[in-house]
Amino acid sequence: MRCWRKSALFAVAAVATAFCIGAPGASAQAPDYANVGRTASPDDIKSWNLIISPSGKELPPGSGTAKEGAQIFSAKCARCHGPAGEGTQNGPRLTGGQGTLNTLQPVRTIGSYWPFATTVWDYINRAMPRGNEGSLKPDEIYSLTAFILFRNGIVQETDVMDAKTLPKVKMPNRDGFLPPRLEDIADLQKRGCAAGHCP
Amino acid sequence: MGALMTQRKGRRQFLKRAPAIAGVAAAAIHSAAGESLGAEVRPSLEELRAHGERSRFVTSERIGGMGFWPPTATKVRDYGFRTPLQDSVGMVTPASLHFILSHGFDPPDIDPAEHRLLIHGMADRPLIFTVEELRRLPTVSRFHYLECHGNSAMGGATGIPRKAPNATVQDTHGLTSCSEWTGVQLSLLLKEVGVQKGATWIVAEGADVVKHTKSIPMEKAMDDLLVAYGQNGEPVRPEQGFPLRLVVPGWQGIHNVKWLRRIYLTDEPHMGNMESTKYPSPRPDGKSRWFEGQLGPKSVITRPSGGQKLPASGFYEITGLAWSGGGAVRKLEISVNGGQTWEEAELQGPIHAKAHTRFRLPWTWNGEECVLQSRCTDDRGNVQPTLAQLGKIWGVGLDYFQSTSPATADMGNFNAIQPWKIMADGSVLNALLA
Repeated sequence: MRCWRKSALFAVAAVATAFCIGAPGASAQAPDYANVGRTASPDDIKSWNLIISPSGKELPPGSGTAKEGAQIFSAKCARCHGPAGEGTQNGPRLTGGQGTLNTLQPVRTIGSYWPFATTVWDYINRAMPRGNEGSLKPDEIYSLTAFILFRNGIVQETDVMDAKTLPKVKMPNRDGFLPPRLEDIADLQKRGCAAGHCP
Repeated sequence: MGALMTQRKGRRQFLKRAPAIAGVAAAAIHSAAGESLGAEVRPSLEELRAHGERSRFVTSERIGGMGFWPPTATKVRDYGFRTPLQDSVGMVTPASLHFILSHGFDPPDIDPAEHRLLIHGMADRPLIFTVEELRRLPTVSRFHYLECHGNSAMGGATGIPRKAPNATVQDTHGLTSCSEWTGVQLSLLLKEVGVQKGATWIVAEGADVVKHTKSIPMEKAMDDLLVAYGQNGEPVRPEQGFPLRLVVPGWQGIHNVKWLRRIYLTDEPHMGNMESTKYPSPRPDGKSRWFEGQLGPKSVITRPSGGQKLPASGFYEITGLAWSGGGAVRKLEISVNGGQTWEEAELQGPIHAKAHTRFRLPWTWNGEECVLQSRCTDDRGNVQPTLAQLGKIWGVGLDYFQSTSPATADMGNFNAIQPWKIMADGSVLNALLA
């Protein structure tokens, strides 16, 4: 019971604070459930990993080239993905396969299949290298992304990848998905999807 | 801890020896009584009073998606672990047998007191919730099925056991399960944070090793999603997302993010690794359909089903499960003559939307060869297709389904009618490609 009284007092303060912060601009509708959940500060949010989307609006500062990425790749990635990204038993192939998608043996790699270069950055950042996820710095991730794109013939060895250039990279299979436009994919009914199948 | 682990080991050894596991000797539709069960360390009666276990004579288990378990030197670790639907009764799947698909990753060991859910992005008031805080909010409990979009898929390595004549219903349909999920409506949480104008997507993220992400259109997110902490009356199991799991009723399993730690509000789909490079369904022309969230009407007869054996002619109840991502099951028809005529089965009520629905039909087998099939119609009037009809929708022929090419591997949302052939000796075969 003591705890309850304490948090009830705190609730009043928190609601008041929320009002003060939330007042300008935001729809000033009060939370319905007082003091359940705490406001996440920019610092709180910064401590979580990034979510990088096709527009690249979340990409952090930093940059890198394939040349720089080659060294990092051989030190941290080649053991599983092979020296040239050709894949091993422990990690998938990252390169090649262009021109195979409409055959009976499609080879789906970053180069032949992935529609967005930003996904490469995002996945390296959240999930690589296995066992030490989240350990790479933005410059290293830009460099590794550049290296993988270079090995797939998508960018030049000296092209600088950063928050501006990476989202502009056109992936070879960008138009290989139906429907291709991002603004068209959310509405299943408009797309003519019925009974679990989309045309 | 040491003693407990020894017991578990003993129990597993016992289970491995039991016959029903691989569907091999699941043959007898009657339970095989009186078999030698071997030595086994069982929990003491005192322990069972604290936390119960099933009878040692009940042996059904999940199996790997490739039809084997455990992994061996030549057969590497498996992806999915399938629910033994042939043993299911009613419409709820015990949490201990709910299918698992975590893309090969182990469940993280999460202390619920340390776990947080962050909701941010295009939100007026980004919020961080503890699990305990979520439990203070208004709660709902709902029955919903979860199904992997690759359930029943024909292609690739997992397609081989699925297509085999001796496939069990666990091989063909084991990546669907149904639970009572308890938690907070996501729409309530989204209203709390204040969704900003222009936010058309949410991205849900898990706390697993690769921090799995899935984008979900805002319209669906505001509709019927749950942030679940309970499953069938107990906390969500670790392999099902403990302490928090997103439940996205009627949509491909991949949306139901386990170990949920973040909801990000945004104006574009995230295009994470899984959703943009692994889950689009490739077509023969090389193009891929993506973001086919909702699953179609589907059903399967679980008894009699593949690998079982009818001991003699006479009376049997045909029973199985039907479900649809579009809503509630309205009608279930059964054919016992290869699709020439159809008869309406009884549906077990109450019928829940986007949940498994048990059906039953009394039947007397005359001892002759016959083919049993079930066909589901949902309350939107959508009807489960035959394999030929599904091929027409996809623009492929039977040869495409027969192929073991990797080209067909990711052909998801497979919901064709499943035929079981009863042989004159009473054995039941998978007749999908027959």
